[in-house]
Amino acid sequence: MSSLLEPEAIEVMERSNKDPDQFSGTLTDEEKREIDEEAAHYEGKSSVGLEALRIVQKHRGWISDSSLQAIANYLEIPVAQLEGVATYFQLIFRQPVGKEVIYLCKSASCWIMGCDQLQKHISQRLQIEPGQTSADGIFTLLETPCLGDCDKAPVLMLGDEMYRNLDESAIDALIEKKKQVHADKSSH
Amino acid sequence: MLTNPLTKNITKDNIAADITRYLANDGYQGWRKAHSMAPDDIITLVKEGGLRGRGGAGFNTGLKWSFVPRGEGSPKQKFIVCNADEMEPGTFKDRLLMERDPHLLLEGMAIAAYAIGASVGYIFIRGEYHLAAERLELAIEEARSRGFIGNNIFNGEYSLEIFVHRSAGNYICGEETALLNALEGRRAIPRAKPPFPQVSGLWGKPTVVNNVETFCNIPHLVALGIDWYRGLGVGQDAGSKIFGVSGKVKNPGAWELPMGTSIREIIEQHAGGMRDGLRLKGFLPGGGSTDFLGPDHLDLPMDYDVIGKAGSRMGTGTITVMDDKTCPVGLVLNLTQFFARESCGWCTPCRDGLPWVVKVLQRIENGEGLPEDLELLQEQCERIGPGKTFCALAPGAAEPIQSALKLFERDFLDHIKKGCCPYK
Repeated sequence: MSSLLEPEAIEVMERSNKDPDQFSGTLTDEEKREIDEEAAHYEGKSSVGLEALRIVQKHRGWISDSSLQAIANYLEIPVAQLEGVATYFQLIFRQPVGKEVIYLCKSASCWIMGCDQLQKHISQRLQIEPGQTSADGIFTLLETPCLGDCDKAPVLMLGDEMYRNLDESAIDALIEKKKQVHADKSSH
Repeated sequence: MLTNPLTKNITKDNIAADITRYLANDGYQGWRKAHSMAPDDIITLVKEGGLRGRGGAGFNTGLKWSFVPRGEGSPKQKFIVCNADEMEPGTFKDRLLMERDPHLLLEGMAIAAYAIGASVGYIFIRGEYHLAAERLELAIEEARSRGFIGNNIFNGEYSLEIFVHRSAGNYICGEETALLNALEGRRAIPRAKPPFPQVSGLWGKPTVVNNVETFCNIPHLVALGIDWYRGLGVGQDAGSKIFGVSGKVKNPGAWELPMGTSIREIIEQHAGGMRDGLRLKGFLPGGGSTDFLGPDHLDLPMDYDVIGKAGSRMGTGTITVMDDKTCPVGLVLNLTQFFARESCGWCTPCRDGLPWVVKVLQRIENGEGLPEDLELLQEQCERIGPGKTFCALAPGAAEPIQSALKLFERDFLDHIKKGCCPYK
């Protein structure tokens, strides 16, 4: 079958198979313990694919190919089944993201209240389009379906926090605050 | 007489009613009473109380429960599941209930679980609702420590565990069979019906899935009875409801009001009417998958069948208001982009049809629409409509489109004729 592929295509595939993940293909004891805790609530380990993905992502920042394989091995489910789950949900990352992920709500009420303008403002300020990460590696901008805070539109979510009734100056202040947090962290 | 059973524990500050406050305000009295009743009698009471599903479909809740096989020969293991995957564009009522009065939901779930004979319950909550999930987990611990859930509740034989399942952001998980697949750890694709979940649901066992607000209606319905509950409504439907308004009104928000409250009262009185200089052009009565209604419909009462007869659905009861300075084509485009993005991709009309609709709407909005595009949109709506797809996502997506074509036809035509968006 390989004869059907152009050499360049094979090269691309090989390159993409080199996992840039710093973590090995095994789960840590802590990750396993947290997964087991969740599994106790369900009919067996095979049901906690999403929980396991979330737990591992919490520790590693994103789900690499080797992390995916390690989880599938641990849950004793086909890796393709787990990949089907991982790629289905917007809160699971199959590629690295910034330290702060901005989820900008783009649904009806926020649209009426001007979220498109806010998106342009964020994009201009951070020099990124939705789906991209800023050059300093701090911010990733994602557009999200309705965040369920429509009476306080426009809104965004960053980490566990909601930011409501936004305007451009509120966004500037938030970005500056987060930049400062990470500047302080790296200087220590 | 109690008139605000859903929000009586909700205060102006942003804290949750803890177990002490909840109990001090007659908390868990409904559960205590239900526990002394025969399960069949609870189901009958809920059925006759006239409670209809608050997730949007409006199905009689007691009737839904009654489809669970009971008695000898029925499966021992059954499940109760709370659909807390609130993600319908323009909907923000379940967040309020879960963040501010988590015990009300737990009490409602406990009664429902006991009525259908379930020993395990799951709250399927969207991953973005961090605060609500934390408060529910804390409330579960509180309720367990006081013996309202856990083993041998009220020193009887009945035991119940409730767990929080945090999802990770996907609209179709709100469809109950997709939700069950997700709970089982699978990709959340809707299942074929029948069998319905009440017969074969989670892991093939009888399962009832109800919305957050539906469960929150149960404790007081049981504690205070059918007559009181039916008397709460001022129109055809029973009970009270969280209604909300978002958009360019003076005072957007959510309020508990009687079922059957008029749309005009909700928008003009509670939401304070339109902001200065703006007129109401149209509104979605209950989320992004409901048909637009116009100023002529303002005096309709928020009752399921009345809104249905007017050509829309009450849906979630949270109204999205569109003003006369907002482009209807742009709004419909935004809504359709949402549905196209959230399609699970399982069936062709939805997976391929919705992006096609987006393309047509986008070119109209860009001023590149063709005169025949309106007919094309109409045809597309029929092709993704009821009966053509695996679940209700695409038919729901068609509702705002086809109603906008009727109500705002002039705006669509203007875009095409002028070759630009007249609102920009």
